[in-house]
Amino acid sequence: MTGTARGGSFQAGGGPLLLGVRHHGPGSARAVRAALDAARPRAVLIEGPPEADALIPLAAEEDMRPPVALLAHAVDEPGRSAFWPLAEFSPEWVAIRWALEHEVPARFIDLPATHTLAWRKDDEGGPGGGVGNGPGGDGDSAAGGVADSDAGRGGVGGEGAERGGDTNSGAGGGTGGGSDANSGVGAGAGADTGGGSGPEAETGAGAGSGVDTDTDIDIDIDTDTDTDTDRDRDRDLDLDTDHAPDADPRAQPSAGSSAVEVGVRVDPLAVLAEAAGYDDPERWWEDVVEHRGMGEGGAFAPFLVLEEAMGALREAYGSGGHDRDLVREAYMRLQVRAAQREFGDAVAVVCGAWHVPALRQKTAVAADRALVKGLPKVKADMTWVPWTYRRLSRVSGYGAGIDSPGWYGHLFAAPDRPVERWMTKVAGLLRDEDRIVSSAHVIEAVRLAETLAVMRGRPLPGLGETTDAVRAVMCEGSDVPLALVHDRLVVGDVLGEVPQAAPAVPLQRDLDRIQRRLRLKPEALERELELDLRKETDAGRSRLLHRLRLLGVTWGEPVASRGSTGTFRETWRLRWEPELSVRVAEAGVWGTTVLAAATAKAEADAVAAQALADVTGLAERCLLSELPAALPVVMQVLADRAALDTDVGHLAQALPALVRSLRYGDVRGTDTGALAGVAAGLAERIFVGLPPACAALDADAAEEMRRHVDAVHGAVGLLGDAAALAHRVAESTGDLPPQANRTADVPADRSAPGHRATEHSGSAPGHRATEHSGTAPAQDHRDLRGRWHSVLRVLSVRDTVPGVVRGRAVRLLLDDGELAQDEAARLMGLMLSPGTPPGDAAAWIEGFVGGGSGGGMLLVHDERLLGLVDAWLTGVPAEAFTDVLPLLRRTFSAYEPGVRRTLGELVRRGPGERGSVTAAGSGIPGFGADLDPGRADAVLPVVRLLLGLEPGGAASGAEDDGVDNNLVGVAG
Amino acid sequence: MSVSVEPTTVEVAEVLAKEPAEALRPHAEDAFAGELAALAEQDDRPRPARWKLSPWAVATYLLGGTLPDGTVISPKYVGPRRIVEVAVTTLATDRALLLLGVPGTAKTWVSEHLAAAVSGDSTLLVQGTAGTPEEAIRYGWNYAQLLANGPSRDALVPSPVMRAMAEGMTARVEELTRIPADVQDTLITILSEKTLPIPELGQEVQAVRGFNLIATANDRDRGVNDLSSALRRRFNTVVLPLPESVEAEVDIVSRRVDQIGRSLDLPAVPDGADEIRRVVTVFRELRDGVTSDGRTKLKSPSGTLSTAEAISVVTSGLALAAHFGDGVLRAGDVAAGILGAVVRDPAADRVIWQEYLEAVVRERDGWKDFYRACREVSA
Repeated sequence: MTGTARGGSFQAGGGPLLLGVRHHGPGSARAVRAALDAARPRAVLIEGPPEADALIPLAAEEDMRPPVALLAHAVDEPGRSAFWPLAEFSPEWVAIRWALEHEVPARFIDLPATHTLAWRKDDEGGPGGGVGNGPGGDGDSAAGGVADSDAGRGGVGGEGAERGGDTNSGAGGGTGGGSDANSGVGAGAGADTGGGSGPEAETGAGAGSGVDTDTDIDIDIDTDTDTDTDRDRDRDLDLDTDHAPDADPRAQPSAGSSAVEVGVRVDPLAVLAEAAGYDDPERWWEDVVEHRGMGEGGAFAPFLVLEEAMGALREAYGSGGHDRDLVREAYMRLQVRAAQREFGDAVAVVCGAWHVPALRQKTAVAADRALVKGLPKVKADMTWVPWTYRRLSRVSGYGAGIDSPGWYGHLFAAPDRPVERWMTKVAGLLRDEDRIVSSAHVIEAVRLAETLAVMRGRPLPGLGETTDAVRAVMCEGSDVPLALVHDRLVVGDVLGEVPQAAPAVPLQRDLDRIQRRLRLKPEALERELELDLRKETDAGRSRLLHRLRLLGVTWGEPVASRGSTGTFRETWRLRWEPELSVRVAEAGVWGTTVLAAATAKAEADAVAAQALADVTGLAERCLLSELPAALPVVMQVLADRAALDTDVGHLAQALPALVRSLRYGDVRGTDTGALAGVAAGLAERIFVGLPPACAALDADAAEEMRRHVDAVHGAVGLLGDAAALAHRVAESTGDLPPQANRTADVPADRSAPGHRATEHSGSAPGHRATEHSGTAPAQDHRDLRGRWHSVLRVLSVRDTVPGVVRGRAVRLLLDDGELAQDEAARLMGLMLSPGTPPGDAAAWIEGFVGGGSGGGMLLVHDERLLGLVDAWLTGVPAEAFTDVLPLLRRTFSAYEPGVRRTLGELVRRGPGERGSVTAAGSGIPGFGADLDPGRADAVLPVVRLLLGLEPGGAASGAEDDGVDNNLVGVAG
Repeated sequence: MSVSVEPTTVEVAEVLAKEPAEALRPHAEDAFAGELAALAEQDDRPRPARWKLSPWAVATYLLGGTLPDGTVISPKYVGPRRIVEVAVTTLATDRALLLLGVPGTAKTWVSEHLAAAVSGDSTLLVQGTAGTPEEAIRYGWNYAQLLANGPSRDALVPSPVMRAMAEGMTARVEELTRIPADVQDTLITILSEKTLPIPELGQEVQAVRGFNLIATANDRDRGVNDLSSALRRRFNTVVLPLPESVEAEVDIVSRRVDQIGRSLDLPAVPDGADEIRRVVTVFRELRDGVTSDGRTKLKSPSGTLSTAEAISVVTSGLALAAHFGDGVLRAGDVAAGILGAVVRDPAADRVIWQEYLEAVVRERDGWKDFYRACREVSA
């Protein structure tokens, strides 16, 4: 068999055995193994970066378990990196293992990573780089070189590359990245997001390649995989096309501008399929190529057929405009020739099918040399890193461009009857999850899958048919258990391992570099470090320590500052323990730079976080670590959690942390726009949910609710301030009509006669104002206070709300000047009138004047309120008095001794004494009736300056005019 | 996508236009006799025993298409192809088919057309209710005969299921989960042994090839009389989804609203398209728990918010506009209807609705009037 087979294969080109594959195609892998067994070449050449040649022997080690990836990174810039993931069912992996088992040399022949990484650098160098590069699509932009290589490997988007992008972020990449990120998030997994600019782009190229590349053939394949599983089966041939298209070149272009381009490009495979009368290129491929190849036997038949098809495609479409493919192919040809000189024609080449015609081509050595001459270089380093099935799948955003690594792995590993075995696996999984799945279910599912395949004209059931069958038979039509099947089996949880001997991961290098730059040496000795965040180096150190903490590398622990309490100071306790190096190595899976790794970790943590408060905490840490790229994901998760959380208490707990983060952002100059938006949304939900949540609470719950009300009140105040700041900036540029909102609001509230009426009319002007201003978010936040006040007003008058909360609401309104003194007195009188049970009244009093809220001073100064309390207290019936006593004691014992004494004296003196004084004036009780304008004006400017208030902004009522004039003078 | 169109509406209207029939609502096999005949004539693929069409042709009949000779087959079901394929394939095996879905997702419609296409007869129907007796599924007795002549096959009144078994046809059971559990379980023997014993006569009816059963159930009502796992195991389940895109749903709603309006003799109201789109958007967003741009998650209220309810909201809005308004469908006309559809549970749903108003509707460009109208009615 060998004889003839070999003859056949070598006849085709008279040269080396060219095995065109589809990257990550289990069918291709099997065919490669069969072909290698049949041909027994003396050397195996594989598409991949030659720098990795030295790493090949590691593949034979016992500790080496796929999926793994070859990682290339620039030595000086660990962020610039590319990955070549290999799974057990990757033809390249099979070829490597075959070579190792048979002790023949294996070599990588693709363009060295030295160049491909440099390409990428060039692209990034100028934002416009893409344009410069070539007509149209070239904008390989960020992903460019790397993607190529990836593509080679099946369009793997280098994770590192992606992440790396952050650091380098080319301007151009920015937008692309942004959009990617969005979509990523939408999809749920959105690991990429972090990537920011450059990186994402890559992902686009790689994973997405499904998409980008589509244009070529890739897409087809990708899609196929989705729908047809057959394909997988077929995978024999599966088109390497994927690969082919790898055509990075194409991918790249799209990488930059993503989907848009896809539509424009022609899919050659689709053209062929259409010519043959198929509307689905995938199916055509299967029926025509796969089956014919299979049928005619011989280990090489599939490859010959494939080569023929690819040859025709490339004749029609050339290189598809990918100049870089030409360079890579020239390099590969040179390498193949070199190998031929050494080993004769008994050389096997495993590469993407797309490249096969190019390698077969006879070209002048000189021409090839010229092509690869003078390529840019960077110093590159390679190592093996563990990989996961999840990353192989597009779902997690890294994309090797395959959706169903678990299914592929199954097909590759299953000796026979793949569908039956698959269904049994699915049943096992569902049983573990306590679903009742009997053998009868398995039988029926297999039958349904097979009948479906017949119905759809497929030779064997693929993933699509099996999934439909599992849904209908085992999952009762529900997608919920099906999602589990997809997650655990179709994608799979397999984690690769690499031997200890593999070279160090780039994250450690990046850390070394940063430590040098920041002059922060790892020392085993514990020491304290004071940082002044206003200094650049210190800020950098703080960021590094925070990021490392996120990654679980607890080199520094924050401790309370001793001296200053300013937000610009931080104190850390540093101590480098040896095991931290191990932690760094572990953190290497998250990325190749500290920034990228921390971003990825933060995103993953956000998605995995259970409680809302965890996510807000994470948001805070993201700000401290300055991980803007992670924020969108964290914010999205936060918004989602908040939207679905039905417990107002959780929301109320989360809000203060969020608002605090907002203020940190101010200190550090981070853009907190997204955060402010989420905080406002959160506040909004609290406003809506709070009144119903306050009904029917017992004493403990009421007390807790009062604390929530306090917390929200503080947070809303801060939020309003933050927004006001933004507003002021906007105003200075003339964007907004000054004060439109606040002035509209306040008088309306004040003048409203009844409470009920106030609730509605109070909020209405606010809304309308917002509507007018349309998009200005600042306006919206200022409006928050107004709406919070109307919520408080609702709380203050609703009978089902516990007394302590009502009292608190009234008090907060009074403090904010939203409720006139008279009105407060009226409400208090209402509450303390004999119709109210004494317990409720006492609770109300506690809410109103209790705790450390300075209520005592209020009573000292407001005779009338004190009088009301006094009158009520003396009117409490004897039998009820013992009930209210503990409450009252709790309320009044919290007062300062001085206040208590004064109150006591006032009560003893009786109401008459000072009554005459207060009655005389209409001003605040306890003070002179009239202001002394001269003295008041003198103080106001300073007060305003201190409070950071707008001239005329917060001043209430009557004094406005005079004050404004004065202020102008001062400010000027 | 999925919702189709209940028989009372579009298709029937088309049918009536084509061939005026005596019946108020002709059976599917009569209404589409022409299409079925054309399909049968050109169908050269293998047919399972006693099937009038091959599985491919049945799928084409439901999904629509153009035959080689140019005959156009109208789509009966607008939805994912996958669903129809799985359903037809299930019938071709000996497993029974269970169609699940919220009200208004065309379960009955699909089951009728499947039966019509497969067996040429959609009338072997058992309507499930809380009072459905065992006789409706097995057989009853003609008591006059029974008393006069004693038990005999002549005195037996076969149920639709029994007839289907004897003749190798497709039987249908509507609202399976409304049938009391003990009655449901009579189906177990029928579905697993494919036989129906008649102990009174010492006989049995064995199902002949071609027999199968399509059941429909409302998955919101699952708890009413949940299927026993023994019975459930006999079914392949297909869930009919709600329409996938806003466009499809708007289309369905406008068409039906238009027809209902005409049948109620409402004065023509111009251009309610925007309002309809708004209603559909609100329903979809609340139902899916996420805004249409996919950015904001929402809580879902307890109501179904099916397309059918959207239709009724718009219809009553139209009536309001025509009789009491200025003849144009405005936000205010639909606001009250939406509130009623969304807020089924006064406590929880009201909060959800207000959150939605404040967090989503208020911010949305061009929705101010709608926001105001909704606030007015919710206040």
